[in-house]
Amino acid sequence: MAEKTKDILFKPVVENNPIALQILGICSALAVTSQLSVSLVMCLALTTVTAFSNFFVSLVRNFIPGNIRIIVQMTIIASLVIVVDQVLKAVAYDVSKQLSVFVGLIITNCIVMGRAEAYAMKNPPVASFLDGVGNGLGYSVILIVLAVIRELFGSGSLLGIEILPVVSTGGWYVPNGLLLLPPSAFFLIGGFIWILRTFKTDQVEAPDFELAPNTRAEVV
Amino acid sequence: MLNKDTVGGTLSVALILCVVCSIVVASSAVLLRPMQQANKDLDRKTNILSAAGLLKEGASVDSLFEGISVRAVDLDSGQFTDSVDLENYDQRKASKDPALSEELSASEDLAKISRRANVATVYIVENSGGIEKVILPIKGYGLWSTLYGFIALEGDLNTVAGLGFYEHAETPGLGGEVDNPLWKAKWEGKKVFDDEGKTALRVIKGPVDSNRAGSEYQIDGLSGATLTSRGVSQLIQFWLGENGFAPFLTKLKEGEA
Repeated sequence: MAEKTKDILFKPVVENNPIALQILGICSALAVTSQLSVSLVMCLALTTVTAFSNFFVSLVRNFIPGNIRIIVQMTIIASLVIVVDQVLKAVAYDVSKQLSVFVGLIITNCIVMGRAEAYAMKNPPVASFLDGVGNGLGYSVILIVLAVIRELFGSGSLLGIEILPVVSTGGWYVPNGLLLLPPSAFFLIGGFIWILRTFKTDQVEAPDFELAPNTRAEVV
Repeated sequence: MLNKDTVGGTLSVALILCVVCSIVVASSAVLLRPMQQANKDLDRKTNILSAAGLLKEGASVDSLFEGISVRAVDLDSGQFTDSVDLENYDQRKASKDPALSEELSASEDLAKISRRANVATVYIVENSGGIEKVILPIKGYGLWSTLYGFIALEGDLNTVAGLGFYEHAETPGLGGEVDNPLWKAKWEGKKVFDDEGKTALRVIKGPVDSNRAGSEYQIDGLSGATLTSRGVSQLIQFWLGENGFAPFLTKLKEGEA
């Protein structure tokens, strides 16, 4: 059991990472990672929601009628997200303002939905809870790496504390503005997946089809 | 037990789930509301204080805010008014309500806000010698978003004491530099009205040459953010102009507000 618990918790971090392997939850990874503090709160919020939605879905899984199971999962997830959003507004107002719409969008985050359907519907509550935490951690690892790179080189600071003194405040570092824009997260995630798959070759997917070679029309 | 896959089973599961979830959601919203409201108030006060440069490290916002009197101003007449209940008055909401706001014609609407509330909330810092600072709410469209902020004027009602935006969605690193403390510091000491009483303060393109005449009315443009700079310039022109706070500031100077 101990071995299995470890597997459930840590497999999603590297081997079965929701962002890098399952390519889920990309949208919020682009949107909130320009600042580390905001990313950390997002990670916490998502991990909480995934863990508890998995737990509750699994708890009632034997009572969920098959034909309305998705909407039942959605209702549970949506309620949890609203609760998290309300709590954030009450205790971390500044961060919740920066996260704005993205806390609400956890509802549509594919990781939450994906784990509820793929894991929690078939497994007992405690294991499901751990699976939620594990996947939340996998998401968090990528978000934190992205946020560290983007904030450090994009604004010269980490958690708002200046590390590289930027030119506009009299320092020497010229910040890379591209890193503050959402597309930079695409490049970074792409690079991350590339590195991961170079070392873990079993993650490389077989091509779905082969490109036919170009043909050239006869010159008349 | 009822078979969960029958129509009755499906309906009852759905019903129970909805009731349970709605209780959870409703109770969290109700229980946390006082804390959320307190946060909102604190946030608004912090913004006002930071625009006026009154925010001090370590001092509580509420105690700093005690020295500030909140007043309502009728923007058309330029006089203080008691027609609104300041506790509950929300200028942002009022500017969307046809009964409490007026539509601006294209030539008047420099700040691209389309409607302006009739009554504005202003904040006045007083000391024994009279008015020390006046803090006015401003807003206007930049490149992507409406910028909301405050501008603070010194007791002469002409010198800028500070400026700050608390809500906007301009490009980080470019238009987002409206939040840069160095740029905001450039506003301090600038003059709003020229000798003829016209609103002269504006953001220009490129850096200000301080040897030129009129440089006291000019602010450096933000590099790479022409449209945001223009937006800020226009909203200053609007809010400190004839349709904004100019009538009120004139009356206040004459002691007739």
